[in-house]
Amino acid sequence: MRPNLKRSLVSGLALGATLLASQVWAKDDITVAMQLEPPHLDPTSAAAQAIDSVVYSNIFEGLTRFMGDGAIVPGLAESWEISEDGKTYTFKLHDGVTFHDGTTMDGEDVKFSLDRARGEDSANAQKALFAGIADVTVVDPLTVQVTLSEPNGNFLFNLAWGDAVIVAPESIENIKTAPVGTGAFKFSNWVQGDRIDLERNAEYWGAQPALAKATIKFISDPTAAFAAVMAEDVDVFSGFPAPENLPQFDADPRFQVLVGSTEGETILSTNNKQPPFDNVKVRQALAHAIDRQAIIDGAMFGYGTPIGTHFAPHNPAYVDLTGNSAHDPEKAKALLAEAGFPDGFETTLHLPPPSYARRGGEIIAAQLAAVGIKAEITNVEWAQWLETVFRGKNFGLTIVSHTEPMDIGIYARPEYYFQYDNKAFQDLMASLNETTDPAMRTEMLQKAQTVISEDYVNGYLFQLANLGVAKANVQGLWVNAPTAAIDLTGVSWAN
Amino acid sequence: MSRNLVLGGLLSSLVALAALVSFVWTPFDYAAIDIPNKLKTPTGEHWLGTDHFGRDMMSMLMVGARTSLAVALVAVGIGMGLGVPLGLTAAARKGSWLDEVIMRGNDLVFAFPSLVIAILITAVFGAGAVNAIIAIGIFNIPVFARITRGAALSLWEREFILAARVAGKSSARISAEHILPNVMNLLIVQGTIQFSLGILAEAGLSYVGLGAQPPTPSWGRMLADAQTMVSFAPHLALIPGFAIILTVLGLNLMGDGLRDWLDPRLRVART
Repeated sequence: MRPNLKRSLVSGLALGATLLASQVWAKDDITVAMQLEPPHLDPTSAAAQAIDSVVYSNIFEGLTRFMGDGAIVPGLAESWEISEDGKTYTFKLHDGVTFHDGTTMDGEDVKFSLDRARGEDSANAQKALFAGIADVTVVDPLTVQVTLSEPNGNFLFNLAWGDAVIVAPESIENIKTAPVGTGAFKFSNWVQGDRIDLERNAEYWGAQPALAKATIKFISDPTAAFAAVMAEDVDVFSGFPAPENLPQFDADPRFQVLVGSTEGETILSTNNKQPPFDNVKVRQALAHAIDRQAIIDGAMFGYGTPIGTHFAPHNPAYVDLTGNSAHDPEKAKALLAEAGFPDGFETTLHLPPPSYARRGGEIIAAQLAAVGIKAEITNVEWAQWLETVFRGKNFGLTIVSHTEPMDIGIYARPEYYFQYDNKAFQDLMASLNETTDPAMRTEMLQKAQTVISEDYVNGYLFQLANLGVAKANVQGLWVNAPTAAIDLTGVSWAN
Repeated sequence: MSRNLVLGGLLSSLVALAALVSFVWTPFDYAAIDIPNKLKTPTGEHWLGTDHFGRDMMSMLMVGARTSLAVALVAVGIGMGLGVPLGLTAAARKGSWLDEVIMRGNDLVFAFPSLVIAILITAVFGAGAVNAIIAIGIFNIPVFARITRGAALSLWEREFILAARVAGKSSARISAEHILPNVMNLLIVQGTIQFSLGILAEAGLSYVGLGAQPPTPSWGRMLADAQTMVSFAPHLALIPGFAIILTVLGLNLMGDGLRDWLDPRLRVART
């Protein structure tokens, strides 16, 4: 009996050790949390950032793609040629790419995707990205020619957006609930209100991802988010909603805090058509009444970069125009008096749920009150905000972060919710779109930034920081967010 | 007077005093944001510290007491103002269709979970102190109607009512002149209890963002704002939390004490 017992004990220990070791080695699943749950999973038919966070680069890919540092690199298109006149792009597609349902990805799919996005009845949230496309021709299964009506220096950048990913006609019907893409991860399961499961795509055309499984959990409540990270229920929290908790994570050796930049210009959006905001003096007074640093410190606990125009500070073409709207309550009062409002006026301030808006709004209301402007706060949910403010344009002021990359073009759309209508600016944007020369583009972008800053279209507050928390040994996460994405293709566990 | 009544009365009047004083004086401007001085623990200057915007907690607490008391007071007023006449009418016309309509209507309102409906009302008609008052007030109506009817029914059987009837008084006059004064003690006790429930309801609504809107301070919202900061600034949550506890405790003790004091049967038993 005894030797037997001994042997089984030894083998048991060995087995245990192997199991333990294999568990350490086999750590190839990850749980990532984010705050908002996507309404559905089709990035080509909705503006919701949460969709892109889940699917971008993981499930769906475009002809080109964003890297974490903001660079545009080839995606499904292996290479491309641009004609002399800048109007014809010939894309060479990767060979051997298949969708998750086994069908091949070829020129027809590219044509289908682009035609669908730019079509009359397209539900694409960024139709403007495709507006310049005159024709898409499939030369052979791996070559697609896109002809533009005007040269567009931004075209490759536009194609990298989540709204421009390549989808297949075979699987388009159920794309919202069962997305089928070409990415390194396959959609596996969606428990509404809780999580989405992804699994590794063994047929992936590119390098295999290190992770075999990924779970994306939705935790909307900031307190619950803090608890989930602290209890290590989640490995990563992308877009952590409570900046005040970050120092605590930073001090904890179990975690790493990732602070990067986003494309989110957080602005005090002003209804330019609603009196008295149709008067530039009033808008200027508004700008001088605001103390940006107090908002960054108070609402974001110091995370955020002050901006003086609608442009991301990490962009090489950025001009620092914060000086145009330095905090100066006396000047604001004088301007108000000049505009005919010596005793100020009353207006409304609609605040959507994120803390930058709710907290920032309370601070701004107090700052406006100091110069005599009484802003009545109304807290609204996103659906209500879209209804009343964005579509209904029934607001005085609101705070929102515009997270689309390079979106200064919205100022050329007079029907856009803040209703800025300036012919000169619209012409400038039109000629920018036709310019491909980088130096000239930079110059025009800088002019555009200056125009809206000096017109005080909106109150420019700060560039939203990309705040994330992860376990200390998770590597390969995006620090910056050049577009909304939780790109898991390069993520792995250290040791 | 019982110990409950003294202690409860003391706590309640302390809160009421803070609310009243806040009309003329607070240590600081409750809405004054002072970011560089945020999250201060209690000091000589800021007695209860400052919140995440550097606002003085003491001042916010005092003005918050005002919000809480005002909402609860008006809500109880609505409940009494409508519920008591309804209850008196139902009792005077016992068994009639009017009695049925009133009491079944009451049952209907009672059947709804009050806070959930209050959330619905404020969500539909917009968040704000006024809608919170209405929402809380509506649910006070059946409470008062039922308690009034119950007490009034037994009174209608008494000889002095019969005497009044023989004297030719209408049932409306009898209700007002004889029934009401005799159910008043019950109503006062119930009013105190409902008042404390009203304060809790207001705090609950504000906590989910449907009560008084910023910058008007409210205890419930102070708690909600403090949530994510409990781990490094616990005083932000403890202070409004204690304020709510002490106020509700005080009012409930006072209600108990008042019942002991006002109820004739208990009084007889004690002597």
